Amino acid sequence: MATTATATFKDFRNNVKPNWCPGCGDFSVQAAIQRAAANVGLTPEKLAVISGIGCSGRISGYINSYGLHGIHGRALPIAQGVKMANKDLTVIASGGDGDGFAIGMGHTIHAMRRNIDITYIVMDNQIYGLTKGQTSPRSAAGFKTKSTPLGSIEQTLSPMQLAVTTGATFVAQSFSTDLKDLTAIIEAGINHKGFSLINVFSPCVTYNKVNTYDWFKENLTKLSTIEGYDPADRQAAMNTLMQHDDLVTGIIYQDTDRPSYQDLVEGYGQAPLSEAELNLSEEAFGELVKEFM
Amino acid sequence: MAEQLSWKVGGQQGEGIESTGEIFSMALNRLGYYLYGYRHFSSRIKGGHTNNKIRVSTKKVSAVADDLDILVAFDQETIDVNYHELHANGIIIADAKFNPLKPEDTEAAFYDVPFTELATELGTSLMKNMVAVGATCAVINLDVSVFLGVVEEIFGRKGETVVQKNMEAIQQGYNYMKEQLEGGTSHLQLPPADGQKRMFMIGNDAIALGALAAGVRLMAAYPITPASEIMEYLIKKLPKVGGTVIQTEDEIAAATMAIGANYGGIRSFTASAGPGLSLMMEAIGLSGMTEIPLVVVDTQRGGPSTGLPTKQEQSDLMAMIYGTHGEIPKVVIAPGTAEEGFYDTVEAFNIAEEYQVPVILLSDLQLSLGKHTVEPLDYSKVEIRRGKLVKDGIEPREDKSYFKRYEVTEDGISPRVIPGVSGGIHHVTGVEHDETGKPSESPANRKAQMDKRMRKIDQLSNVFPNPVYKNAEHENADLLLIGFNSTGGAIEEAMKRLEADGLKVNHARIRLVHPFPTEEIVPLIQSAKNVAVVENNATGQLASIIKMNAGFPQKIKSILKYDGNPFQPHHIVESSKELIY
Repeated sequence: MATTATATFKDFRNNVKPNWCPGCGDFSVQAAIQRAAANVGLTPEKLAVISGIGCSGRISGYINSYGLHGIHGRALPIAQGVKMANKDLTVIASGGDGDGFAIGMGHTIHAMRRNIDITYIVMDNQIYGLTKGQTSPRSAAGFKTKSTPLGSIEQTLSPMQLAVTTGATFVAQSFSTDLKDLTAIIEAGINHKGFSLINVFSPCVTYNKVNTYDWFKENLTKLSTIEGYDPADRQAAMNTLMQHDDLVTGIIYQDTDRPSYQDLVEGYGQAPLSEAELNLSEEAFGELVKEFM
Repeated sequence: MAEQLSWKVGGQQGEGIESTGEIFSMALNRLGYYLYGYRHFSSRIKGGHTNNKIRVSTKKVSAVADDLDILVAFDQETIDVNYHELHANGIIIADAKFNPLKPEDTEAAFYDVPFTELATELGTSLMKNMVAVGATCAVINLDVSVFLGVVEEIFGRKGETVVQKNMEAIQQGYNYMKEQLEGGTSHLQLPPADGQKRMFMIGNDAIALGALAAGVRLMAAYPITPASEIMEYLIKKLPKVGGTVIQTEDEIAAATMAIGANYGGIRSFTASAGPGLSLMMEAIGLSGMTEIPLVVVDTQRGGPSTGLPTKQEQSDLMAMIYGTHGEIPKVVIAPGTAEEGFYDTVEAFNIAEEYQVPVILLSDLQLSLGKHTVEPLDYSKVEIRRGKLVKDGIEPREDKSYFKRYEVTEDGISPRVIPGVSGGIHHVTGVEHDETGKPSESPANRKAQMDKRMRKIDQLSNVFPNPVYKNAEHENADLLLIGFNSTGGAIEEAMKRLEADGLKVNHARIRLVHPFPTEEIVPLIQSAKNVAVVENNATGQLASIIKMNAGFPQKIKSILKYDGNPFQPHHIVESSKELIY
């Protein structure tokens, strides 16, 4: 069924032109996913990209792979269903900060707890772009938008601190201009056996005039520059996030011991469920019926 | 001898009322009697009046009985709330512990029996239920030994002593009652049953078994009354076939996870009740738009909002047919019995895959939770049809053009390739899209894709076998009664009584509520003098659907009940007579 030939990142390019604004951070995320997919040895038909709604949600249509662009905030439950159906697929869920941390936050938390082996890439631009500039849970306090003309009076959400405390087994952050670093983190996320959350600062050049490329360059700290940083140390991960106001990039926390959900499910098939024969035997059915007599 | 018997046990929730009914009915089931049980309960764990009414007969029974022969009471409330159902030669057996008072205006016989005291003497007051079962046996002249097998099954793992003690409790209840009984109780004794083994199950068991037989591998669900038994059954059974149940964070996750799993190539579904279905509406639209199969079970309960979560109602009909924004092809199937619940669930999965549409399997609380005798299920009738599913054999293409997953075809159904298949790459989106799934806003494409999806509807009205159950022998009936889901049993009994009064009555039960089987129903309406649609809601939703599709706005009348309780035959008899005369 599958081709055994190795693919290059070009094989993951399709002939659709993204409708993102010139300069949008999402272009680099698209490129990083394509590179990471090739680097980990995938072929396009073995990858399924499941995305939400918003500018960044369109990404599933811009990668030559199986892709599903679903409904706002629900990329994660759809992606988990796909992975449960066919464990041989590599499943990437993706979307924006509104998708994952506002409307879909309930799913984000429970996907982290559940730990099904998928990779979730959030393109975080701290604003609602597709609806033309309203506040996001990632917007800073005081941030002025069309929906907060006097400045946001709500606390900024910290998805990284939340992930570390919620039991996520892979928590990472990156910056879209740093293609090499981002590609490596996505590869690590795909290779991680369990749920991976990768938050990518992906600036919106049209509606966010505060959190710009220059702003991030000035404020971000690479974890690789912190001497002795150990992503296995959960306590240190929390401390570092708090010290740096979350503005760090790299693998923040990784738990390599905890088995993935599919490894823990009682009786879960060794072969992909999508290949299973659906009919029960007459005998098996007879046994089921007898229990009600 | 009695042709049939109605027995009710009542008390405070959490007192073991349910298990008393369960033990009583399991034993009678094994003797070959037909049973129909209905539980009255509240949305709380401890306290509040609960009762379990069980109808026993040597013939098939499909409705809650009008009256009552035996009332077993563990508190005064049980007597006060239920005694009016007893007929004159009925009997009340009450626990002496609460000093029961006999209502003044009843002719029923009244006995107080020390249920709790006898049980306590044997070791624990918990066995008062067994004493009550024994007392019942004395009244209906049933040999207590029939309970041995059931008691062994329930208490066997607690050891031989526990089994013996419980059997002793039954025996003591029997002995005590026998001594007290004055006059004959032969009118409360049933003729012997045929000893035939039959299934005894709730509708939710039948639906869950149907899902298993249909090849489901993943159920994604959030607990809710009265649907949870479906997930509880499947979490025990799915691991045996490599699958599982995921308890999701909410119903939105349940529906979308099921969509993801169906897209991934397996059969997956969810089950809920009104509040959950309200949350799933956007996902149902996604299934319709992306043509990903989806089966959702809706076990209707009292609405709106949290409504009456543990009570019978049929008020989700319109929401199930029309819920979700925009226009999609959709199927709504309404089984009326547990047997239909089994076969229709299998068919729901077949239709969902063959037509690549969402299918709602509509149930109601009375069907989902009522425990009844079920005729043998024929597994050879189970057929798995997956439609235009493509798992291999796609010609490779040199360019990066996408597979035409949404190819415009004559029947509106396109080949459905699942992820992982070589050469099948395409896009899927809830945005309007072209034949390869790429977003497109072109008016011509919009019309072509919309027409393609809508073409499926025309065929869907012909796809379901026996879309209307008919018991319609009369060419010119005085009355046509129409219903859906669980009301069929009460309608059939009402028919018999109306016919005994000289009326010619036909019955049509709608099994496929959407797309509506207009051609099946029109001749029946035309030929009847009076038409009444019987339904558990306040606005006559099914009547509206019929009028919309078939016409006859003046002729079609409604018999409605929305107080939370199921129809009993007498309600329908009385309302029918009011309509006719």
